[in-house]
Amino acid sequence: MSVTLVFLAVVLLIAGWWLAHQRLFSKPWLEIGHTHDPRPHGPPDIAPAQIGLGVFLVVVGALFTLFISAYFMRMASTDWWSTPMPKILWLNTAILGLGSLLLHAARVTAEHHRDEASRTALIAALASGLAFLAGQVFAWRELTDAGFLLADNPANSFFYMISGMHGLHILGGLFALSRVIVKTRARPMDEKAVLSITLCATYWHFMLAVWLVLFVLFSGWANDFVELCRSLLT
Amino acid sequence: MVDIRHGTSEQIGPAEVEDVELYHPHSWWTRYVFSQDAKIIAVQYASTAIAIGMVALVLSWLMRLQLGFPGVFTFIDAERYYQFITMHGMIMVIYLLTALFLGGFGNYLIPLMLGARDMVFPYANMLSYWLYLLAVLVLVTSFFAPGGPTGAGWTLYPPQAVLSGTPGGKDWGIILMLSSLILFVIGFTMGGLNYVVTVLQGRTRGMTLMRMPLTVWGIFTATVMALLAFPALFVACVMMLFDRVLGTSFFMPAIVEMGEQLQHGGGSPILFQHLFWFFGHPEVYIVALPAFGIVSDLISTHARKNIFGYRMMVWAIVIIGALSFIVWAHHMYVSGMNPYFGFFFATTTLIIAVPTALKVYNWVLTLWRGDIHLTLPMLFALAFIVTFVNGGLTGLFLGNVVVDVPLSDTMFVVAHFHMVMGVAPILVIFGAIYHWYPKVTGRMLNEVMGQIHFWVTFVGAYLIFFPMHYLGLIGMPRRYYEMGETAFVPASAHTLNEFITIMALVVGAAQIVFLFNLIWSIRHGREAGGNPWRATTLEWQTPETPPRHGNWKELPVVYRWAYDYSVPGAAEDFIPQNQPGSTGLGAEEAS
Repeated sequence: MSVTLVFLAVVLLIAGWWLAHQRLFSKPWLEIGHTHDPRPHGPPDIAPAQIGLGVFLVVVGALFTLFISAYFMRMASTDWWSTPMPKILWLNTAILGLGSLLLHAARVTAEHHRDEASRTALIAALASGLAFLAGQVFAWRELTDAGFLLADNPANSFFYMISGMHGLHILGGLFALSRVIVKTRARPMDEKAVLSITLCATYWHFMLAVWLVLFVLFSGWANDFVELCRSLLT
Repeated sequence: MVDIRHGTSEQIGPAEVEDVELYHPHSWWTRYVFSQDAKIIAVQYASTAIAIGMVALVLSWLMRLQLGFPGVFTFIDAERYYQFITMHGMIMVIYLLTALFLGGFGNYLIPLMLGARDMVFPYANMLSYWLYLLAVLVLVTSFFAPGGPTGAGWTLYPPQAVLSGTPGGKDWGIILMLSSLILFVIGFTMGGLNYVVTVLQGRTRGMTLMRMPLTVWGIFTATVMALLAFPALFVACVMMLFDRVLGTSFFMPAIVEMGEQLQHGGGSPILFQHLFWFFGHPEVYIVALPAFGIVSDLISTHARKNIFGYRMMVWAIVIIGALSFIVWAHHMYVSGMNPYFGFFFATTTLIIAVPTALKVYNWVLTLWRGDIHLTLPMLFALAFIVTFVNGGLTGLFLGNVVVDVPLSDTMFVVAHFHMVMGVAPILVIFGAIYHWYPKVTGRMLNEVMGQIHFWVTFVGAYLIFFPMHYLGLIGMPRRYYEMGETAFVPASAHTLNEFITIMALVVGAAQIVFLFNLIWSIRHGREAGGNPWRATTLEWQTPETPPRHGNWKELPVVYRWAYDYSVPGAAEDFIPQNQPGSTGLGAEEAS
């Protein structure tokens, strides 16, 4: 559970930093009137949806961190042998990264009111998302054809389960993205549209980061590092 | 004389923020059924939780009948007994307490207390309720599935949970249970995002964090914890579903079942326990923190006195929330672990007693020389303090490894957790319902029925759970279907068990009085008016009672904290948060 605890410590640090700016040491019973509100004009400008997405990503982060914790704890047993990584995963990673870049481009072009370019980038991002999912399915097929079945070995089980969970999150992201595409199709890119695209892009960058961590995990590059940590702890 | 800092202007115009676009229902269906109004969703959450809670209450009756009068009720066989235990525990902890505190009170109180028109994401809020309802329905379905519901105990420990020796293990029971929990977690996440972001972004002008009522602080912190803890339950459920349905071996070691070697091997049951309790312990505080917050407000309002040590109360809530994530393994002392870990977790567990005790002192000091009105909410709040201290003290016993090991599998533990996280939070829920019912319906609950309900519930709960401590100390094990002939359990213990069962039936019956009161008073209760308790917080200052969709005509502006009761020199003994003016000094606290 140490991975989870590290994640939690980071979340708590951020929460503590935020709380430190909330005048927790003030004496509210002595303060009457309005001058003590750190937000003198009511709620700040940052959109609730952005905060909401941030909090949601923390929850998603906790979810994958817990999966990774379970992975490391289960790894310690003797019946574990690593699953080979299909080559196509490199291509998939590149496609996912491309999607991230495209969404970034869509955001920047929308901010500069180059609406057509932005729309094209959005559709290209959607296509790259679908390509990534198709690539993941190919990777699964390749593994099962080579005889690495789900229940044969815990490493296989974790690979299918965690990459499947990541795929489900990508699928949810694609659903949101296609809604944004339909909504912005006939309208000029106003502030609201830029916000929606920014939210999609943030989500995508995050899921890319999660995938990179998972990729490192599955290919076993993290094992030496984990061994090092383990020997340091014991 | 102390220095009261005033704002530059006495009267401030309404907030300069643009109004949120409110969702406008067009038909009866979208107004009352598929509603996006947090108040309606709150009532839906609460009604569903109470309904499924009544099922769990009946299950506890059946369980107690078997324990008190073994062999008399032949339809309760060992399998059914374990199914009753499991479903009783799971329903009470997750589908009743969590859903009612966060989904029910959270939805109703957060927007109203903060001066918001609604939650920030009303659509997700509606989805949250419908997923919760779906989770409840899936859970109920398992009663009618072949093989019945799971009987694995509410902790669902593998490997027994998915083996044929356990009811529902090889049938549908465990699958439906796990699916229902997964749905619950997804639904809760949608609601939880709403509660957190509404507190962060939806507060009206002047409502700083340190002016929020403690109720909101409790619900807010509990929601943050739940958002971080529920993923662990989600992960555990998904992995166990894989083990059960797809034959993986995450948790399943090599096992011979009925003389047949199963295909599982190498899995770690301890891994499940870590994941489960990483959720399970914060869950205790997810239930307790809203209760702490609500009880603070009830005591302050009904003792007509400002809460003692508001800042400390806020800090204590936050500290308890953070600490509760590093104590989970104290549920696993008997699972076997490195002794140093036991030492670490025992220490952190005992440290939590410090902020918790601080809160208890502050409640008592708030009562000290207060103008105590023994209204129904106050009675329940007082009962909570006593019960929580009782349950908390036995927690100090069980937090120590050497004391926990012999007591762990006895009735002592049952008595402990029922006192501290069963009876105590339920008492707060009752108090809160008596307190806020007038705002929800516009009418007071009937006083006589309320008094009967309170005294039977309070005294009865003690008559049920106090003897259980004794039974545990003489070694009566928990989870046993029947005791049979045992040398160390005297005949008097069986008499005591019969007594506990009869009291359980009586206390359960008192809840029927309460339910009747809830329904009867909607029509026949006394008219309450807008602010029957003469309280300061914003939900009592709405232009209409019950508040209409959108809550306010014009968003309120907050000028002071939530506890200006009995202010010297003020015209009345309370000053609402949205009232401008200069007098507003909690006398005792300031000097």
